[in-house]
Amino acid sequence: MDFNLSEEQEMLKTTARDFLEKECPKSLVRQMVGDERGYPPELWRKMADLGWLGLIFPEKYGGLGGSFLDLAVLQEEMGRACLPGPFFSAVILGGLFVLNAGSEEQKTSLLTKVANGELILTLALTEPSAGYDAASVEVEAISDNGDYVISGTKLFVPDAHIANYIICIARTKKGTAPEEGITAFLVDGKSPGISCTVLKTIAGDKLCEVVFDKVRVPKKNIVCKLDQAWSAVEKTLQQATVAKCAEMVGGAQQTVQMSADYLKERIVFGLPLGSFQVMHYYIGNMVVDVDSSRFLTYEAAWRLSEGLPCAINIAMAKAWTSNAYRRVTALGEQIFGGVGFIEDHDMPLYFRRAKAAEVTLGDASFQRELVARQLGL
Amino acid sequence: MDFAFGEKEEEFRQEVRDFLSEVVTPEMVEERAGGKYYERGPHSKELMRKVGEKGWLALTWPKEYGGQGRPLGDRFIFAAEMLNYGVAAGGSGIAIVAPILMRHGTEEQKKEWLPKIARGEIEFSLGYTEPDAGTDLASLQTRAVRDGDDYIINGQKVYSTMAHQVGYHWLAARTNVDEPKKHKGISLFMVDLKSPGITIRPLKTIADELTTEVFYDNVRVPAKNRVGEENQGWYYIAEALDFERSLVVNIVNSERIVEGLIEYTKETKHKGRPLAEDPFVRQGLAQLWIEVNIKRLLGWRTAWLESQGIVPNVEAAVLKIFGHELDQRVAKTGMEILGLYAQLEPGSKWAPLKGIIEHLYRFAIHLSYGGGSHELMRTIIASRGMGLPRLH
Repeated sequence: MDFNLSEEQEMLKTTARDFLEKECPKSLVRQMVGDERGYPPELWRKMADLGWLGLIFPEKYGGLGGSFLDLAVLQEEMGRACLPGPFFSAVILGGLFVLNAGSEEQKTSLLTKVANGELILTLALTEPSAGYDAASVEVEAISDNGDYVISGTKLFVPDAHIANYIICIARTKKGTAPEEGITAFLVDGKSPGISCTVLKTIAGDKLCEVVFDKVRVPKKNIVCKLDQAWSAVEKTLQQATVAKCAEMVGGAQQTVQMSADYLKERIVFGLPLGSFQVMHYYIGNMVVDVDSSRFLTYEAAWRLSEGLPCAINIAMAKAWTSNAYRRVTALGEQIFGGVGFIEDHDMPLYFRRAKAAEVTLGDASFQRELVARQLGL
Repeated sequence: MDFAFGEKEEEFRQEVRDFLSEVVTPEMVEERAGGKYYERGPHSKELMRKVGEKGWLALTWPKEYGGQGRPLGDRFIFAAEMLNYGVAAGGSGIAIVAPILMRHGTEEQKKEWLPKIARGEIEFSLGYTEPDAGTDLASLQTRAVRDGDDYIINGQKVYSTMAHQVGYHWLAARTNVDEPKKHKGISLFMVDLKSPGITIRPLKTIADELTTEVFYDNVRVPAKNRVGEENQGWYYIAEALDFERSLVVNIVNSERIVEGLIEYTKETKHKGRPLAEDPFVRQGLAQLWIEVNIKRLLGWRTAWLESQGIVPNVEAAVLKIFGHELDQRVAKTGMEILGLYAQLEPGSKWAPLKGIIEHLYRFAIHLSYGGGSHELMRTIIASRGMGLPRLH
């Protein structure tokens, strides 16, 4: 047993923290909410130079061959910094799906470019029914003269407005079990018939409505086998869920730190605010929430890295961390009071992100139902 | 990071399982399952003696004091396995008295007392709390006045668990009333509970167990039974709290109780359908299962820190808060699932799960102040962990 990070992971953590403090100040984070693209390309290039965009891809695809624990470490720092941009969609959702399901040729051509920072991918899974399960996939792709023609609406697609390729998860066969008949298509983001609308979201994430109006996709752009993409989608969602939890842990940890720093300085009734017992109680609750989230998340990441069964661990981590991060930021807002209500302050950044992360990839009740099934209930 | 036990730890765990499979009887489990977490019946006493004979009460003590000299992490494995078997052994003598004796006792005291404690032959009840001194222990008023080779003690202790069942009291008493800093005038004594002048009055708790009040009326205690220097007792008490941090939440086996609830809801039908199909039940049990796993991980962390030679302090406070408040939540959710049946006590006809949920509901309420109030635990986290100013 070992609750420490490895030396290399400590180094990655320190490098990431220093880099993001310098290159991703909160002023930039706020600015990017109103930015059309949502991220500065210079920052993306620098992240590619650091190897982050290929951290978890094998070396033969231009990556560093890192583990999920390494990814969790990096995601934690990104969550701490509120890093805007398409890391989650390009590297985690898109990149890992290709890694899990793509042909050798697709992996070589796509992942190398993702790692270089030349290519942005995203995954179009959810629809207006807003579910992460197979039954919610209703957008259809119909075989036509050696091509497939996709029609329907995908919703909450991250960064589709800047994606070179959208991996569209569509239904190619009906009338069987929901998991059967699902196919993944690599769709050029500029294909005729695609229209993309960026939605206005609580945390400024660039989530899109993507309408496919008879979008023609060549058969060779199928990723994974025809009708059989669901298990790769599921695996990718699990990996992404652990990564999302790590991001939340980073944000929650930073919220506690900011709150404690403030409590040491703020004077009320002639005394430091941090000398009032109720504030000790709040901070105690916040630390319990952060520690518990951290270990559930890291155990899931460790099991994923080791190739051990981990479906229940991932569901437990997301169910718990979703609500814990929200509780921590709510207490942070209470501690900061009025200043935390002002948009210029850092507190609202975390408060907003906690809610967005909570509902992304399944909220607590969704995940608890997964846990219940694993328990044989 | 690595969340698996190492080879040596697994070997020891197997050794413990083999031993427990051999010595634990259904009567020992039954005695404890009947809702006795603290009181010790004859079967539990027998187990204590057997664990003592094996040398495992003193598992991690140095060999020179009759211990096994095993790594600190082994205590955690041992305690966890005991809990899995539905039994417990140990107590204040092992957890608190012995470590202080080892560090601050005279050679004579060590030779006389430690082997008997290690073998489970003598046991202690804690004599810390008083009617006006609980979490704020330094306010205690029981007086010990030196008189020749003895001290003469007067005062009252309360919540001295098991004082009616064990031979000795581990007593904190005031030896200096002139010292303005209250925590600088306290000394520790080992008191024979059969000494003239001691009256023990049982108090029945809401959880059907007995605890006691212990009255001291001019009780003579030999000065050679004082442990450590006079007036330094408060520091020894604080230090001893650090010895058993990782074991602090090993009272209730919440994992086993949640497993019991899961089975119950699968087997029990309500309006013709298993309770386990009710979304409220599914959500509630999944939540408890998640929290049981958090308790496990927080426990592993403190045990791991100890095995690295680090004294977990803030981390132990986190564990105590989470673990004990979880025990309360297990009872709360369990009672909600049981509905009208929730009110049936152990021993009652129709009582589901032998009434353990109903009993836990009553028992668990003290866990968030017993052994240090959770308000204080949160202050430890805030001040020592996050650097907040002291309470004003």
